[in-house]
Amino acid sequence: MTLGITMTALCLIVLIPLSALVLRALSVGPEAFWDITSDPRTLAALKLSFGAAFIAAAINMVFGTLLAWVIVRYRFAGRKLIDAAIDLPFALPTAVAGIALATIYAPNGWIGAVAKELGFKIAFTPLGVVLALIFIGLPFVVRTVQPVLEETELDIEEASALLGASRIRTIFQVVLPQIYPAFLTGTALAFARGVGEYGSIIFIAGNIPMVSEIAPLLIVIKLEEFDYAGATVVATIMLATSFILLLAINRFQAWGQNKIGNV
Amino acid sequence: MSINIIRRSFSLGLAAVTFAAMLATAPQAFADSSLLNVSYDPTRELYKSINAAFAADWKTKTGETITINQSHGGSGKQARAVIDGLKADVVTLALAGDIDAIAEKAKLLPADWATRLPHNSTPFSSTIVFLVHKGNPKAIKDWGDLAGQGLEVITPNPKTSGGARWNFLAAWAWANKAYGGDEAKTKEYITNLYKNVPVLDTGARGSTTTFAQRGIGDVLISWESDAFLALDEFGADKFEIIVPSISIAAETPVAVIDENAKANGNEKLAKAYLDYLFAPAAQKIAAHQHYRPSDPSAADPADLAKLPKIELVNINDAFGGWAKAQKTYFSDGGVFDLLYKPRS
Repeated sequence: MTLGITMTALCLIVLIPLSALVLRALSVGPEAFWDITSDPRTLAALKLSFGAAFIAAAINMVFGTLLAWVIVRYRFAGRKLIDAAIDLPFALPTAVAGIALATIYAPNGWIGAVAKELGFKIAFTPLGVVLALIFIGLPFVVRTVQPVLEETELDIEEASALLGASRIRTIFQVVLPQIYPAFLTGTALAFARGVGEYGSIIFIAGNIPMVSEIAPLLIVIKLEEFDYAGATVVATIMLATSFILLLAINRFQAWGQNKIGNV
Repeated sequence: MSINIIRRSFSLGLAAVTFAAMLATAPQAFADSSLLNVSYDPTRELYKSINAAFAADWKTKTGETITINQSHGGSGKQARAVIDGLKADVVTLALAGDIDAIAEKAKLLPADWATRLPHNSTPFSSTIVFLVHKGNPKAIKDWGDLAGQGLEVITPNPKTSGGARWNFLAAWAWANKAYGGDEAKTKEYITNLYKNVPVLDTGARGSTTTFAQRGIGDVLISWESDAFLALDEFGADKFEIIVPSISIAAETPVAVIDENAKANGNEKLAKAYLDYLFAPAAQKIAAHQHYRPSDPSAADPADLAKLPKIELVNINDAFGGWAKAQKTYFSDGGVFDLLYKPRS
């Protein structure tokens, strides 16, 4: 009964639209599919979208976890405010985020001007894409790690210290194994969100083909040309790659849990 | 904490929806009918003025109160929205090719739509000029200067912006003339020009913002009307307009989307609206907003005097019409795509 309801809902909401997408993409025939896939411009766009999402997720993994740690373990003035502010990237329309980031990081913006003095550019380069994705992805890591950290008991860390473990050892062998599944899930979510992000990036990327053009923009460009099939091909490639990566992360997580379970 | 926020933003959202619903229904309580004009990116200010004038005119003539709703965005995107089912009564787009696409893909109006109104259905047109920083520090005078080394040129992406396609073709027309029709040299010039473009925005307004607000680039290739608007908006002490030796007559046509207007019961109103665009009152407003009127006699001479005389090429004569230009230059694998192909 529950399974039936779940499967029906899953089909209606996820599987049917996605299979329509894949079917449409396959309608172009294997040769055209390969041509679009192997086009240097498609590859460059995919590389940027996945690469920037990966870097941003990695950075969020570290700083998101630190942020969650600080919020859970420390009591300081303004803690609640920071806690609430972390959700803002969720709530803000992505276009607003993009425009705000472009304003700050453009060569005449607050931070962009400093970068210009130092001789490099942030907005309108791939670096701008990574920055936008860090902004968008941060809450995913914080909000998945935070509740797990709240559950972990301070006693265990204290016991670890009493038994003579160094701080570093306590972090890597006591704390991290406990939050590890949440930590990976959050990172995976941030990554997945980053791969598909369009609204915020479009304002900060520069959108130059082969340099700062993201895969979702390529899809929009194909739609502008009324090339619906071509657009679905790029979408299908993104979908398949994301699926494989997320699956791999899930496997990795399960493997890690087994390992820790045996300790 | 986060649940609290979700709950709070939910009730906020609910309030916003209720408010929007009130806004949407309020005029309808009084309005007899409403018309949807789907237009391109930089015409917001123009149609705001024209719509107010038309609604007042319609009221005195028929006693009916009407609401005209506007939708703006990149011309290609707007055309696609109409094809995908946006119930536009009329479209006023950046180029004929986009209306052709609606006729061809969705069959919502006849293929010969352009012949139904005077001047290829173009009530007012514009052209392409340069906007530079005050005092023209990089001494930009003509199209040839834009391909020079160490210069940054701002223009939107021709794949997503109608205005950008006019920019591209105007540059092409200059190079074609300057190099005596030598296509290899023309292509080399265009390649060098686009190498100087650090940001390809998706629409003309985006490029204006990039140039005027973000301070990126030395020169903006722009709709003439938008260049004037930037002067008004950001101050004539910051920017100035440079008129190139040659440019393109950017015809921005209008059409009734027959099937939609029929379904909405708006046939008469839609036709009257477009006719009004050609009438003296609208022509005068258009000239005041720095568009080039098809009937200059109605315009204020002071407004006309601001529009410089430029040698203008025509899309049909110079490029064999939109269908051909679109296919040659902007389709998948066309001239524009090849500019960015890595040399192999």
